[in-house]
Amino acid sequence: MFDNVIYLDNAAATRLDERVLEVMKPYFFDLYAVATSQFGYSLGVDARDALDEARGRVANALGAGPEEMIFTSGSTESSNLALKGVALALAEKKGNHIITSPMEDFPVLNSARALERQGARVTYVRVDETGRVDLDHLRESISPDTILISIQAANQEIGTVQDVRAIGEIAREKGVLFHTDATHSFLRVPLDVRQVPVDLVTVSAHTMHGPKGIGGLYVRQGTPIRKWMDGGFQESDLRPGVENIPAAVGFARAVELVTQEETNRLQGLRDRLIEQLLQVPHTRLNGHPVYRLPHNANVSFRFVEGESLLLHLDMRGFAVSTGSACFSRSLEASHVMLGIGGDHERAHGSVRFTFGRYNKREGVDAVVDAISEVVAELRRISPLGKD
Amino acid sequence: MPLPYSELVMEHFRHPRNVGEIENPDAKSVEGSPACGDMVAVYLKVDPESQRIKDIKFQSYGCASNIATGSIITELAKGKTLQEAKGISWQQASEALGGLPPIKTHCSVLAVDGLRAAIENYEERQGLVKERHPTTVEIVRKRLKRVMNPLTGLDVLRTKLVQDFEITDGTVRVVVDLPADHQFANNIREEIIEKIEPRWDVDRVIVDFVE
Repeated sequence: MFDNVIYLDNAAATRLDERVLEVMKPYFFDLYAVATSQFGYSLGVDARDALDEARGRVANALGAGPEEMIFTSGSTESSNLALKGVALALAEKKGNHIITSPMEDFPVLNSARALERQGARVTYVRVDETGRVDLDHLRESISPDTILISIQAANQEIGTVQDVRAIGEIAREKGVLFHTDATHSFLRVPLDVRQVPVDLVTVSAHTMHGPKGIGGLYVRQGTPIRKWMDGGFQESDLRPGVENIPAAVGFARAVELVTQEETNRLQGLRDRLIEQLLQVPHTRLNGHPVYRLPHNANVSFRFVEGESLLLHLDMRGFAVSTGSACFSRSLEASHVMLGIGGDHERAHGSVRFTFGRYNKREGVDAVVDAISEVVAELRRISPLGKD
Repeated sequence: MPLPYSELVMEHFRHPRNVGEIENPDAKSVEGSPACGDMVAVYLKVDPESQRIKDIKFQSYGCASNIATGSIITELAKGKTLQEAKGISWQQASEALGGLPPIKTHCSVLAVDGLRAAIENYEERQGLVKERHPTTVEIVRKRLKRVMNPLTGLDVLRTKLVQDFEITDGTVRVVVDLPADHQFANNIREEIIEKIEPRWDVDRVIVDFVE
């Protein structure tokens, strides 16, 4: 029933690639055992081998070794583990100061807030109007009791890409651990842990046509971190629970299917969309014009409200997202839009478009036509922008 | 369609009635502001003899509920006397739309406030308003009844979300029975401030949350 929908919300979730499903199937029906040790029964040994192979492939995409990749249920859990796990390991030994940014996605932001309620001190580093972190402020914020810097590789809403290498070098120089949430940039923006001094990286399969419910946390060898969820000793004793082997195998396949060629194609769609949308009067691009995710566009339309825009687009068969308060689960305007110094009005009329494998050029042109009509219609009934 | 809105809401959202501006209106109002979110403008033409609303138009910078409620109140108010129109409540507007999701009731309150403010504007223009009264407990209660609890779609007094409030020297302190990090804490704080602060003798509104 949704065959005709032009889906431009790939940052939220992506359609599964059939090739991913194919490799997952045997692990539901044939190799369904848990991953056992080499002394266990063969069904479990085969399952363990599959899990380890998947682990190696996902780790390899970051230039990491297999033992450095911890599978989790997704990026929310990965980032919780990174922040809370490091805090558990270092609170008594080193301190309880954490540096993050106001732009982070909820897993990092709310983990930091949770630690704050338990006595941690959190500094929110300044960002400029494009969302890029002020590196001088970051450097000044570091103190002897700083245990972790957690700054995303790219923003979930406005797509701004951070200078992860520069942040990592500052962290390394000061002897502070560095975590980056790469949920939205993994495989689309290069990140190699052999070249970038980063200790922890959050990744997820749901943004790259893999299954939902599987993510990973890269943990550099020797990083002080402890599990915060209690259970068994799986995943190097950092993440207890029955391993989700079909999803892990699917994640590894999804990773293999992302190519630079595809990323270039998505960037072409993005550029085409931004160029056309900015021709609509009273619009502005949110985020950075250059340092931005290749598959993200975010534009504010003045004098109209995002939820109304979304509903009209939905009726015309388009799926997009907005930073408007009316759309959010907490009735608050996007903290990202407010964090970059945007006013409520800019958040109110902001629309995010994110591309994936199944988007085509015709879809871009169609959404531009639809949005031009809808914006004109909503402006007609708006009390603002008449002069 | 799997959307949480009734067919009537969608109908009014798609085809809002009485949209636009009235030239030389007898009264007008603008409620809300672009800074805090939704905005509604209401324009009236009033028959001076009968005190009936001859014509009414609205404009909305807001979400679907806001547009739909703006549209329905113009239909409800047209032809009514000012006194009758003043009595239109957000519940009536919401019912006329076949109901709104609880989280969206505050949008309908804004539209209904827009209508009332336009009527008050008419009364002011006609010199029908008496002198300014100081802010009393009763007035604060009345205003709090227009702040919605997004969890239930009912006002914060009726749902006992507001436990207590006090008025001292231009400061109104309101205690809300929610933890400060609750999903809707910031929204409720803003709405309370937005409703009470415009009072002429209120300098400051403090919203405290209890654990």
